[in-house]
Amino acid sequence: MDLAYFHLIDRIIDLDIDAKTIVVEAQVPQHSTIFEGHFPGYPLMPGVLLIEAMAQTSGWLLIALMNFERMPFLGAVKEAKMRVFVTPGELLKIEASVLHEGSGFAITKAKVSVDGKPRCNATITFGHVPFPNADLRGHMETMAKRIGYPEQAMPHD
Amino acid sequence: MMSSTFDQVATIIAETCDIPRDTITPESHAIDDLGIDSLDFLDIAFAIDKAFGIKLPLEKWTQEVNDGKATTEQYFVLKNLSARIDELVAAKGA
Repeated sequence: MDLAYFHLIDRIIDLDIDAKTIVVEAQVPQHSTIFEGHFPGYPLMPGVLLIEAMAQTSGWLLIALMNFERMPFLGAVKEAKMRVFVTPGELLKIEASVLHEGSGFAITKAKVSVDGKPRCNATITFGHVPFPNADLRGHMETMAKRIGYPEQAMPHD
Repeated sequence: MMSSTFDQVATIIAETCDIPRDTITPESHAIDDLGIDSLDFLDIAFAIDKAFGIKLPLEKWTQEVNDGKATTEQYFVLKNLSARIDELVAAKGA
């Protein structure tokens, strides 16, 4: 994770286009100014950032399903449950699957676990639109390569 | 068919948006009368898609309205929305 840049996903472990599922890993940093305030003497990964990590995981899945032609944006978070604290240095496994693909929107279910034990989960709604500009699409493609997008999930005609 | 579709849609809207069921009529405009915004309408679309096994073409409808080729009444007055749903269900079975 690079919290300063809001890059919460480190690498893709599995992306299954047919099953519409994704698994990623994300290492919570050992040190961050965020932990100085949240909380002093008792550092915890903020729940909002865990939700964002689940949203980013879902987003990478949706981008692959839409062949890098559309960009999902967070619309709604439901049934978000922070079950167990996440602390600095922990390695998160984040999984997401598609619950529904509508016209211009999609709903995913996502969960975070550590060593096989659930930490949090949520149902997330995204609106999606054609990439608003080439810069953003290019940036997302670069990011995709950096986090290990499988070749078959990269944009294709 | 028509009344049954409307009843299902009205129930979905009432439950999804916490709107009293008896205030929802076939003449209600989802946006103008019931105050449903685009984000809340996604929940309704999700429920309708699931209930009827269809995919409401929201993007196409929005584009038509934005282009001046259709009015919001054609799609978002509930008797018209119900008719559109019936058409989509019929097209699916054809």
